[in-house]
Amino acid sequence: MAINLNNSNVATRENRIGSITGYIGTLGDLAKQSECGTLKGCSRCFSQSSTCLSGCALGQLSAIRDIAIIHHGPAGCSIAGAGTYYLDKVMAKKRGVTNNTVYVGTDMNEKDTIFGSTEALRKIILEVNRRYSPKAIFVSSSCATGIIGEDIDSVVDDVKEEIDVPIVAVHCEGFKSRIWATGFDISDHAVLSSIVKPPKQKRNTINFKNFYESARPEIIEIFKNFDLEPIFLYCNSTVEELSHISESLATTCICGTLGNYLGNGLEEKYGVPYIRTINPLGIAGFETWLREIGRVTDRSEKVEKYIAEQREIYIPQIEEIKKELKGLRAVLGMGPGYTFEVSRVLNELGIEVVWALAWHYDKKYENGDVPPSMKYLLENDVDFEASVADQQNYEVMNILHKYQPDLYLSRHPGSTVWAIKNGTPAVYVADEYMIFGYKHTLEFAKSILDSIHNRSFEQNLAKRVKLPYTDWWYQQNVDKFLEEAKK
Amino acid sequence: MAKLLDKQRYKCALGGMQTVQAISRAIPILHSGPGCAQKLSDSIGSSGYFSPNIFPCTSINEKDVVFGGVKKLETTIENALKVIDADLYIVLTGCIPEIVGDDTGEVVSRFENAEKPVIYASTAGFKGNNYKGHEQVIDAIIEQYLEKSDEKEQGLVNIWADVPYQDLFWLGNIRELEKLIAEIGLKPNTIFGYGHGIKNIDRIPKAEFNLLVSPWVSVENMKKMEKKLGIPYLHYPTLPIGAFETSKFLRSVGKFAGIPSENVEKVITEHEKYYYYLIERYADMFLETRVMAKQFSVVADAQYSLGITKFLVNDLGLVLAKQFITDDTPKNFQEQIKAEFANLNYGIKAEVEFETDSYKIHNEILSHDYHGYPLILGSYYEKEVTEKLFGHYLNISFPVQDKVVLDNFYVGYTGGIRLIEDIYSVAVQRWN
Repeated sequence: MAINLNNSNVATRENRIGSITGYIGTLGDLAKQSECGTLKGCSRCFSQSSTCLSGCALGQLSAIRDIAIIHHGPAGCSIAGAGTYYLDKVMAKKRGVTNNTVYVGTDMNEKDTIFGSTEALRKIILEVNRRYSPKAIFVSSSCATGIIGEDIDSVVDDVKEEIDVPIVAVHCEGFKSRIWATGFDISDHAVLSSIVKPPKQKRNTINFKNFYESARPEIIEIFKNFDLEPIFLYCNSTVEELSHISESLATTCICGTLGNYLGNGLEEKYGVPYIRTINPLGIAGFETWLREIGRVTDRSEKVEKYIAEQREIYIPQIEEIKKELKGLRAVLGMGPGYTFEVSRVLNELGIEVVWALAWHYDKKYENGDVPPSMKYLLENDVDFEASVADQQNYEVMNILHKYQPDLYLSRHPGSTVWAIKNGTPAVYVADEYMIFGYKHTLEFAKSILDSIHNRSFEQNLAKRVKLPYTDWWYQQNVDKFLEEAKK
Repeated sequence: MAKLLDKQRYKCALGGMQTVQAISRAIPILHSGPGCAQKLSDSIGSSGYFSPNIFPCTSINEKDVVFGGVKKLETTIENALKVIDADLYIVLTGCIPEIVGDDTGEVVSRFENAEKPVIYASTAGFKGNNYKGHEQVIDAIIEQYLEKSDEKEQGLVNIWADVPYQDLFWLGNIRELEKLIAEIGLKPNTIFGYGHGIKNIDRIPKAEFNLLVSPWVSVENMKKMEKKLGIPYLHYPTLPIGAFETSKFLRSVGKFAGIPSENVEKVITEHEKYYYYLIERYADMFLETRVMAKQFSVVADAQYSLGITKFLVNDLGLVLAKQFITDDTPKNFQEQIKAEFANLNYGIKAEVEFETDSYKIHNEILSHDYHGYPLILGSYYEKEVTEKLFGHYLNISFPVQDKVVLDNFYVGYTGGIRLIEDIYSVAVQRWN
């Protein structure tokens, strides 16, 4: 679909790419229904709190160095600035750079909801610019400012004359999408529309969209083999760096959900190819991904050489550890950019996936295709029970209670503890590079073994805590509160 | 009116959900956008019986904004009662329903005859910060749940202190306050933390008095209880940290409760003996640590700014630089709090500023002459600015990233010792 960079508003994932948050069935059925267009998401008449898209949007942008985020809304919305401050400082320190990004709120009060506060916002923008001279300014709305119709676009247009760095309105009304990943698209849209400039010259660089760049040093080393230089986005990016990403040879991403919009946008607007393979997690993922980078950048020979060398080191070790993993049963709950990728890796390692939860599901990606991770599983005859639930903990617990798997894998803060309370060992797949390449696939396999070998912590805790759900709930089918699901 | 909130130190009123979370087996039901709970929670002891992932939420969408979310709220409450095993369900409203005009009170009233109590509090983000949200939750309990009791339990006193979770030390502090109150012969009753919860809420009306230990938070709650439940209150504005203030605190409470002063003095004497046994052993360290200037600043809410200032001046003999209060203290309490800062040993008066703009605070800290390496007790935001001054930094107020606290506390005699341990654990890391 066409990306319109002239409008500051991004359509939600639901409207743009038919994403859903409610489904229970099997992977095969989910894919089949996606392909023939019959998939309709369900809503719930009971739900638990999940995540706000503004966290994803502004979390991404605020990782850029030396910029300003102005979050126009009540103090609760902008409290994310506290976490941002910490993260920016520690991430910059690790990398050996400085980051003076500021994330401010506007502490909107009741009067503002009646009389509006665009004039105050205007002054705040100018004051932030005066105090910090940021390299770019992002002005975000919130639920409250969205509903009362504060015209942040006009305010931004109005101050443009007085500010000589990129400034852009970012529309982050939390109610507009249940899919927080829409926030990633919002941040990419803001970067594409306000910072990225048309290419002047091609460079040997690859745009690498990720979260916290933990594998940065080793990926730089890997890419040296191919005479390529990765540019990691957006954590510790500079505005100057971002202005040149249209000059790269390709864009890739550690998570399809995270990078899809930017990748497609750069391809559509500036012809930068977007690497659309399964992700570089596990063996098949890493190899498929590397080969595609080789093909797109015309470096296939070097890539094959690297793969051959590395296989020799790691494949025997991975084969060895697989023997110990065989027969384990796992449930996993993650964003769709990871659920179907990690399912593939688990399958590769000989671990049986008994149920996979995706926090949402994109029927198709920006280019109209079914997500490659799904396609791969189907083509390889992998099927399992699957559901789509936006971190609905009561559904996860119902599933864990019924299946009592050997292992629960999850990626979002606050989710693994509940598996442990159920007595199920949990692996927190927090770092996006935890299963990257051969090396981390091996490490991942080892962490699974470690988690299963010493179950003391979860057993100690599970024995002594009561779970917060009623017996009644555990007796219900997991789709109890899904509406329009039951035919 | 909207203002520049630079490096903010509080959340919005919906942060009152953490107050509910601090009451064992009470659960907030959020009538709000899907991500408010996650945003307003911290990873500081949040994975208890209920965590934000468990909180039912109407997860308001675009359709609800247009047509209202009343129906969704009803099914959410109805099913929360079936799915979640709680003793008390407190519906909290976010910004959206209050702007579009959902009648939350009416929906909640439909659950009057439910097996478990369901009440609601208005906590829209634009109504104030989370200190205010905390008061709103307690107000809801007073107004919608508690009934006046003719029967009083002798010596029973409800203790109220600052805001759970916003205050890193809330759990330890309230337990220590209970312990001290019990030692002078009273029966403490608090509603927060392990093993308390609804049975303690039920005891509130039977108390002889309410004891509020806070500069301003919950004063309105005390007035409400006085009016509705006929419970008088003692407002002790200073969080007692260390021997000087704690002894003063015990005397005040003893006097208010009519406890014979010799009983109180006996308790005080025992504590002070041990306290000064410790101080005496470490006095050389306090005097001879080369890298500690005498001057300090606290950047915190009114509670810690006042409590720590009194402790460092009256117990340890340190000298004040400017103190900052960052909780957006309501105007009508500011004079009273300033007066407390003027009430220090040797007629020392603290210059105190009510300021929510951290840019200004940091500029003042940077431009002040501390006559050496300063001691700055504050939020994580003060770490970098203190480093610039080669000072000593301790993270005692929100946001906290530099310290893990399970049930440690700064209140009382023991709390003062803990604070000294923390301060000097930082100081000893440098020689000169």
